[in-house]
Parts: sequence; C-alpha cells; structure tokens
Amino acid sequence: MSRTEDAQLKRPHVSPALVSSVAAVFAAFMVGALLIAAVGVNPLTAYGALFDAALGSRNGLSETLVRTVPLALCGLGIALAFRAGVFNVGAEGQLYLGGTAAAAVGVVGSAFPPVLLLPAMMLAAALAGALWSGLAAWLKLRFRADELITTIMLNYVAIDFVSFLLHGPLKDPNSPLAQTARLTTEARLPALLSGTRLHAGVLIVVVVVILAHLFLWKRVGGFRLRVVGFNPHAALNAGIDVRYTLVLGFLISGALAGLAGFAEVSGVQRRMIENLSPGFGYTAIIVALLGQTNPIGVLASAFLFAALQIGATTMESAAGVPSTLTTVIQGLVVLFLIGKSAVPLVLGWLSRRLRPKAVT
Amino acid sequence: MPTEKKGFPTASGIAPEAVGEAETKAAPLLDMRGIRVAFGSFVANDAVDLTVRAGDIHALLGENGAGKSTLMRVLAGLLVPSNGEVWISGRRETIAGAAEAMRLGIGMVHQHFMLVPPLTVAENVCLGLPSAGRLIPNLKQCANKIRALAKAYDLDVDPNARVADLSIASQQRVEILKVLYRGARILILDEPTAVLTPQETSGLFRILRLLAAEGAAIIFISHKLNEVMALTSHVTVLRHGRVVASAATADTDARGLARMMVGTDIALPKLEDTVPMGAVAEDGKGPVLSVESIVCRDASGVRRVSGASLNVRSGEIVGVAGVDGNGQQELAEAIVGLRKIEGGSISINGHEVTHASVADRIDLGLAHIPEDRHRTALVEPMTISENAVLERIGDAPFSRSGWIDKAAIASLADTIIKDFDVRTTGREQKIGTLSGGNQQKVVLGRALSRDPSLIVAVQPVRGLDVGATAFVHRQLLARRAAGAGVLLISTELDEILALSDRIVVMFKGEAIGELKREEVTVGQLGLMMAGQVA
Repeated sequence: MSRTEDAQLKRPHVSPALVSSVAAVFAAFMVGALLIAAVGVNPLTAYGALFDAALGSRNGLSETLVRTVPLALCGLGIALAFRAGVFNVGAEGQLYLGGTAAAAVGVVGSAFPPVLLLPAMMLAAALAGALWSGLAAWLKLRFRADELITTIMLNYVAIDFVSFLLHGPLKDPNSPLAQTARLTTEARLPALLSGTRLHAGVLIVVVVVILAHLFLWKRVGGFRLRVVGFNPHAALNAGIDVRYTLVLGFLISGALAGLAGFAEVSGVQRRMIENLSPGFGYTAIIVALLGQTNPIGVLASAFLFAALQIGATTMESAAGVPSTLTTVIQGLVVLFLIGKSAVPLVLGWLSRRLRPKAVT
Repeated sequence: MPTEKKGFPTASGIAPEAVGEAETKAAPLLDMRGIRVAFGSFVANDAVDLTVRAGDIHALLGENGAGKSTLMRVLAGLLVPSNGEVWISGRRETIAGAAEAMRLGIGMVHQHFMLVPPLTVAENVCLGLPSAGRLIPNLKQCANKIRALAKAYDLDVDPNARVADLSIASQQRVEILKVLYRGARILILDEPTAVLTPQETSGLFRILRLLAAEGAAIIFISHKLNEVMALTSHVTVLRHGRVVASAATADTDARGLARMMVGTDIALPKLEDTVPMGAVAEDGKGPVLSVESIVCRDASGVRRVSGASLNVRSGEIVGVAGVDGNGQQELAEAIVGLRKIEGGSISINGHEVTHASVADRIDLGLAHIPEDRHRTALVEPMTISENAVLERIGDAPFSRSGWIDKAAIASLADTIIKDFDVRTTGREQKIGTLSGGNQQKVVLGRALSRDPSLIVAVQPVRGLDVGATAFVHRQLLARRAAGAGVLLISTELDEILALSDRIVVMFKGEAIGELKREEVTVGQLGLMMAGQVA
C-alpha cells in the first residue's frame, strides 16, 4: 500500500491507473472466492491449486509463459490502437491470417536460406495482420465505418477464409485433417528450456514491449499517436496528420496480432491448424484494458491471464471447482474496470464521512 | 417536500433595501468565515470571509484562478476547507456533500448546464428527488409545482418541453427552477450571462431582482463589471485566493473594481498606444494573408462562406466583425486549413495554400488561436509541456531523428510559463486543471513563441477576465508592432474597434465591406453587420 502511495506522489498520472487495475483484479478474485465458497470449496485451496499449477513448477511456469506470448502481442497491438483512439477488436482474425501467412512461407521455405526463413515468416505474418486491420482502417476513412463493427465482422471473414485455405490450397496432402504440412526445424522458433514448450517467442514479446514503451514515451510518432487518441481536433489544429496516425494505429495493431499468429504456429503448433486460437484475440482486449494500454502493464496482465487459464484445469481436477471460473474472473475484471468510476465516488464518500471528525 | 417552503423566510414582496435594514440585526443567511483551501502547496483560498444577507445580490469578482470557484465549491459541499467556518442563518454547518448543501438551501447554477437534453423540463427538475416518487416519478405533480414556481418568479418555461429543444436562455431558466424546486435560498450563479444575448441578460436580471426581493441571497459571479454595477448590491473581490475588497456596490465604481481585481490600474490596450502601422506595412512585400473569393460549407453541408475576400498585410490587425454565425468561424477554419474549400484561393506570405495541410501552413508562419480552446487548442489530459510543444514536436530541438528531447521541451514550457505569466504548480501540471485564463495563456504562448508572421485569432478573449483580456490584447499588439499580420475575428465590437487597423464586416458568408480605422463609426458598423452596405 505505502509503495503505491509513494508512486502516486511521484508519478501522479500513472498510478491511479495502476491502482484501479490492481483493485479490479483484487475485487474479481474476491467475488470469485465467494463463488468457490458457494460450491463448498475453500477458496484458498482452489486458488492455491490454480497458481501452484500455473507458476509452481518448471513446466507450469513454461506453459504460462507460452500462453503469455499471444496474449501479450495481441494486447500490445490493441493497446497501441487504443492510444490512437482506435478500438481494434479484430485481433483474432488478424492472428489467424498472420499464422496462416507464416505457415505458408514456412512450408515453401526450403527455397529460403535458413537464416532468413524465420524473419521472412515473421514479416509475412505481420504484413498479413496489418493488411487485415488496414482494410478496417480504409473502411473507416473512406466510408466512416466504425472499426468496432468492421474489425469484429472481419474476424469471421478471416477465420473462414483460413479454413478454406486449410481445406484447399494449403492442406497437407498427407494428412486427413485440415492443416498445413509440418514445419521444418528451420521454420520453428527455437526452444528455450528443454523438456518444456517454452520457445523464443517470449523474447519477441520482451523486445516488442520495450519498443512499444520507447515508441509511446520517447518517439515523436508515439506522442502524436497519444495526441490523436486524446483529442483529434486539437491534433488536426496542431498540424498532425490525423488520418496517417489513425492508419498507423490500425497497422501496428494488426501487425502485432499477426505476429502472435506466427508465434503460435512457429513456436507451439509447428503447423497452421484450424482453431489455432482459443480466443486469444478477444482475451487480449481485456488484457489491454487491464494493462491500462501501458506496454509494461499489458505484459503483466497478459501473464496474469495466462496463469489463470493454465491453472484452471488443475484447479478443476484438484479442488473440484469448474475451470470456467477463470472465465468468470476475466469477466469480473472487465466489470470492475468499467465500474472504476465508482471508486473515487466511494472513496470521496468515505473521506467525507471520516474527515469532519478528524478536523473538529 | 422542498417546495413546501416556497416562500422564503423573510416577508415576500418587500424591496431588497427594506429587507436589508430589517435584517441587519438578525444573522445573515450566509456567513463564511476564514475559509482556507489548499491543494498541495497551492493555496486557493486563504482567510476568505463572505457574508450575504437575505435580499442581497452579492457579486463575487476576481480574475481567473483568483479562487472564486474554489470558494463556491466549498459552499456547494464539493470541497472541505482545511480551516474556517460556514454559518447558515446563524447556525454553524459542515457541508458534507451536495445533498447536504441542498438540504441547507444552497443551490448552484453552473456555467455549463447540468441538464439531460432528451428529457423534459419536469423530468430534469425532479431528477433524483425522492419527493418525486421512488420508482415512478409523479411528473404531473412536479409539473404543477414547476408552473407555480415559474409563475411566481416570471420564469417562462413549459414543464413538458424537451430540454434539447430549448434555447440557451430557457435552459438557464430550467437550471434556476431546479435549484428553486429544491428549496434553495442561497443561489450561486457562475457567470450566468456569458452565454446570453443582451436581451436575455436583462430578462435574467429581472428574475434575479425578483428572487432577491423575495428574500433569497444571490451570489453572482461575473467578469463583466458593468453587469456587476447594474445588478448587485454588494461586491467582494478576490485576488490570489484572498479577499482584497468587500463593499456596497454603490460605494465603488467599475474602474476601482477592475483595479482591485488585477492589483494595478489597468489600461485596456488600444491601437493608439503602439507604433503606427507604416514602415513595416509599406515595405513593398505582398500581404501575409490573401483570401480570394473562397467558398465553403459547414459540417451539415450548408454553405457558410460564399465568395469572401480579404487580405492582411504585415504589421496590421484586420478585424472581422459580424453577428455570430455569418461565416466567420468557417472562414477562420478555411484559412488555417481545418476546412476544405470549394472555390477561391488562399495564400500565406505569397505561397498558395488553398489545399495545403495545416502543417504546411504552420511552416509558412501561421499561428492559430482557436475559438474553442477545449476542443481545438488543448489536449486536456496532457501536461503543459506536452501542450506547449504540440505543433513543434517534430522540429529540432524538441526532437531529433524522431527522438523526443525532454529537456528542450521543458525549457520551452518554462519560457512560456514565465513570459506569459501562467499561474501553475509547474510544467507537468495537466493543462485541463488550469483555469481558463491560464489555459489561454498557454495557447497564446505556444502560438506566439514561434514568432509567426500571420496570426489568426478567433474570439481570443472569450471567457477571460479583465486582466487576462488586457494581456492577450497587449500580446497581439506587440506582435503587430514586430511586423506580424493579425486577423482578429470577434463578435465583441469593443475588441474589434480597439485593436483593428481595418475592419472587414462579414454578412451571410461574404465580406460585404471594409472600413478604415479613421472612418469607422459604431452606427455604420452596426448597419453593415445587419447587411446594409452604405
């Protein structure tokens, strides 16, 4: 507590956000505890099982980190778009297209020199994702179509299009399933920890977090992005190219979601499959919100949500609490975040109740 | 319940003076003593006393940031003072929260109305009141009470009208009804005339006098000294959070009040006080701004500017006069590059910029002081520093190869804060938390620190107090003396007349006439603003 208060004094514009995020998570876990208790289980036992499974072992921690990768990459993209005032809810579709593009390059990749194969796959994935979000950007600028609608609709188009490719042109002829051929070793992200699935995608995340942080706070482009997000009218008046900045927000966002698809394909599945993502692109919206669109915050909340999802099944088997509880907690986090405007009201009310006594 | 005590505690119908005499022995309706409010190291109110008796209309005067709003927030229960006492009708009260303020009979009419536009007047008035019924509000009963109140105080409003359909003046009457309905005896009006026409203002004054005569205590916050002289019975002047004067209005005069507000005798700057236009203007160069019969439409497609032409030379101020809504706003937006134009051409310093970007125009020496500070000029969640560098972030020394130089930005912000006398706790303060006058100083400082050759200033002193107004005008005159061309668009004739070398009159989207400073008369100007060219 005292640490957050110190932080509040030093950096007054960051900490209220941090406080509200921590409070939202805390409140969600408290309500979750009530639900667990209602099933007749000790909440501490259930949460203990959950976090022990997610963090308490080499393998559990690796799995949590593996899952952090797509959530963080999509979340960072969504967060940067948010900063520009763009609500990209199309990360899921952008991720699928990114993964497919990466796999397509990877499969025909024997033509590339091995050192260039992974960069080429990354580039293809980022471009595919950016192309898809760029389409939404074009619809917005050309027809004033709200991206909240277009990006979510384009998700279905993208996922069905990927299905078509996997059943048709990109299908592995040697497999009965709708999937691409298996990637060769050169097309796979190297493993970081033997005996686990932990792959070098984690390093990509770290690099992207650092770049995003520098971009937002140290670069002219990031400054302009934030100005456009806060007040596009003032941005226009200051000579900032608002359309360009908006498009940039869309493109970065799509590219990072595409990169998440690459990481899943190259690091985890080793081929492109149907149902590549259990809704990473949607969970990432909550991740971006909970991270207060701050790159480091996004990384932290991606890790938290990854841990929740990884620990959920163990919690179900060990403590008998349905794993869907984690979905409930995710939803509660959103509700509490949205309801955070009530927090100052409650605090103000409390302080008014307390202060007159203190003064007189 | 609140309307039960519709009649105020004093006998109704007695003239304010009589009430005042009868009441001098009794405790005043409102007595604030030694109020102190501090935000960190910034003291917003210090040892402030304010006494208002039933029947008084008490003016609260002060520059932007002098502490008027803070004091009123204390009264409205939104701030708890660290020192001082509030006495209401002879009883010491702790006003904890808006509900408590309401219970004590304190009502505030805010400068920006707190109404729900799609709801009716009756719905707005009884919104949140338990007495209107918990689940299903008894709107009929509410409407009847509103009619009774409206009749008693000459507040002409239909309870069943939708607020969105009402004029600004009617919405203000709804706000007044709202506080009366809640049984307010102490009424605070925060710059109520800022949004009104002269006719509407005199209507408001009639209502306020009636309310005072019925025994209400009215606190009237305004910048306009002539209104204070005309309406109020007492006046309290705040400066830097302290009371510098409190007197019966009859014992003061406008000049004296202005002096007390700013601390020195202010002479409103006039063109005559500065160097004559001449050398700089007649240097043979073309105009800094040339607008040739441009045409443009507003957002809803209505043609607002149809063939307006004008030019501005170096070292002169060209005033654009006109009744609000005759295309001045669109003309300004077209010049600065915020609005597409359909015909005609614009050039800045000899460069054609008809379809050029805002950034290109800024590079050619354009500075814009927009009409709507909050919407167009400021990024309120960002700091003074960030706002100061908004237009120049891409230029050295504020950034090099895309990397921001925080130190260079800090020194720019500090220079603006110092040169333009911005009252702030520091350059990292969020600009949205500054007072209006200080925000405008940042806007002005940002524009003028670039040493622009063309300044487009639209209503640059709207909402500012006397001191800040004089400051802005002095700055514009200083730029003129330094050779900049200024296009001053304003609906305030006084401002136009005081500052302009030439005056262009806009009427229905056209510049219908131009008058030289020497030949202008107010009468002639008025005729032209009404569309009659001599």
